Amino acid sequence: MIKQKNTSKRSDKKLKVSEKDLNDYYWAYFMIAPTIIGLIILNIWPLIQTIYLSFNRTGDFGINQWIGLDNYKQMLADPIVWQATLNTLKYTAISVPIGVILSLGIAVLLNSKIKGKTIYRTIYFLPMVSAPAAIAMVWRWLYSSDFGLINYLLSFVGVKGPNWLTNPKLALLSIVVVGIWSYLGYNMIILLAGLQEIPKSFYEAATIDGAGPIRQFFSITFPLISPTMFFVVITSMITGLQVFDLIFMMISKSNAVMESTQSLVYLFYNYSFVMNDKGYGSTIIVLLLAIILLITVIQLKLQKKWVHYE
Amino acid sequence: MKGKIKSSNLIVHIILIIGAFAMLLPFIWMIITSLKNLTESTTIPITIMPKDFKWSNYIDVWNQLPFAKFYINTMLMMFFRVIGSVFFSAMAAYAFARIDFPGKKFFFMIILIQMMIPGQIFIIPQYIMVSKLGLLNTVTALVIPGMVSAFGTFLLRQFFIGIPKELEEAAILDGCNRWQVFWKVMLPLTRSGLVALGIFTSVFAYKDLMWPLIVNMSLDKMPLAAGMASLQGQYSTNFPQLMAGSMIAIWPMLIIFIIFQKQFVEGVASTGSKS
Repeated sequence: MIKQKNTSKRSDKKLKVSEKDLNDYYWAYFMIAPTIIGLIILNIWPLIQTIYLSFNRTGDFGINQWIGLDNYKQMLADPIVWQATLNTLKYTAISVPIGVILSLGIAVLLNSKIKGKTIYRTIYFLPMVSAPAAIAMVWRWLYSSDFGLINYLLSFVGVKGPNWLTNPKLALLSIVVVGIWSYLGYNMIILLAGLQEIPKSFYEAATIDGAGPIRQFFSITFPLISPTMFFVVITSMITGLQVFDLIFMMISKSNAVMESTQSLVYLFYNYSFVMNDKGYGSTIIVLLLAIILLITVIQLKLQKKWVHYE
Repeated sequence: MKGKIKSSNLIVHIILIIGAFAMLLPFIWMIITSLKNLTESTTIPITIMPKDFKWSNYIDVWNQLPFAKFYINTMLMMFFRVIGSVFFSAMAAYAFARIDFPGKKFFFMIILIQMMIPGQIFIIPQYIMVSKLGLLNTVTALVIPGMVSAFGTFLLRQFFIGIPKELEEAAILDGCNRWQVFWKVMLPLTRSGLVALGIFTSVFAYKDLMWPLIVNMSLDKMPLAAGMASLQGQYSTNFPQLMAGSMIAIWPMLIIFIIFQKQFVEGVASTGSKS
């Protein structure tokens, strides 16, 4: 093997970039090339295109016509879009806090000295590796007002089960339950990993000082897990705002509750690929992008208030 | 004192078991329903256990929809996406983690930007692109969007940063060029990161619904997720068969998960730490 000399054959030490460095640069560009080129072609350029599309009306043959801000004006006046935005925000506002708190609770329990952690972990994570389509189908069956297990069990306590998926007030909540159920294990594992990084000695010292478990939780556990919590909350919110699969699979198109349930992404899908108005669809998804960015920025600002960093 | 510990452990177990039951109930109900015949499933009051085990539901559903094709399409999609994203992301991650090259910050910005943006933004133009390339209704179309991964690059970069520089420097002194350092030294050391990314990519590919729905119109090109959607259209009332179909769709992934659950869990846990 040839030993690399750290000098170049040209005017040597005065040159800022040595041959070795140049070699490094070539390798670096080579190694980032597939990913960067791929991302530019598949993501950055499409991002620009989508924004461009939102200023167009897509005609019958896919021909785009520039219409400036008309799509946006139409969207801001569109009650369906407002309702979908509300649905999406509602879904997120309910599923994220409940989901994260439940996940944290289970993680705390699993962090204690008990046996069978692996089995519990596996069971709680099962929903995450199951195709949403299949999950949606079985939950649809569980929620069935006449033949569903849920209403059957409720009948044992004398409650007549409601129409979970056809009652406009309940449909979205029913889907929220499935959403929480799906992601519980995933969030729990991330939180559990964060909990396991907290040194046991902290708790031991606190016990010696006479602090009970609840006090310990709020003084030790919560501050130290807050960065991980923050991560989980943000990722859950972003995922929640994009809800589509469950709604698509659980609420049929003809179901009257669609209007009180459909999310922005569902609208996006409908306009872009079913009704073929890609212009308007693009406008809707740009709206979602704005909402996500806004909420993320707000969260980042808020984190100073409650997230404890070393 | 011992008695106190025992009872608190018991409470913990009780709560966890209740939760575990809630997690498992849909799966159990799926299995039970899939073995009933149609009238059994729609009689009131509901019966819990099927009288006879109607395995024929599975055969019927298998024959009605091209499940074999669904499996193959899903596996191809997962395989190529994993190979592409893991390999390309590892390369890029190494460069970002260890080499100081001009424009590094700018290029890394591209990665960060992509991670913050919801995937649906890219879908319409991606669809148009695939359509213009004449690749609609192919497995290739399923693979393309997953071939490169900003998230994967970001994740693996964290792993590479954690490797001691001395190992690299030793290799460089031995005369290795950057590629050899990457290939022979760094990659083997980040095996758990590579596995984690591979798992993420496969699960995400397996669950992806919207993209296959829009690029693949014919049944025999669909992967499992999209195929299931069409199952629902055809069988909206025969629930036992719908459940059988769902079982066929999910059990491979469940088995894989149960076998590799250590890697799955470690992979997921690593994404949350210090991002």
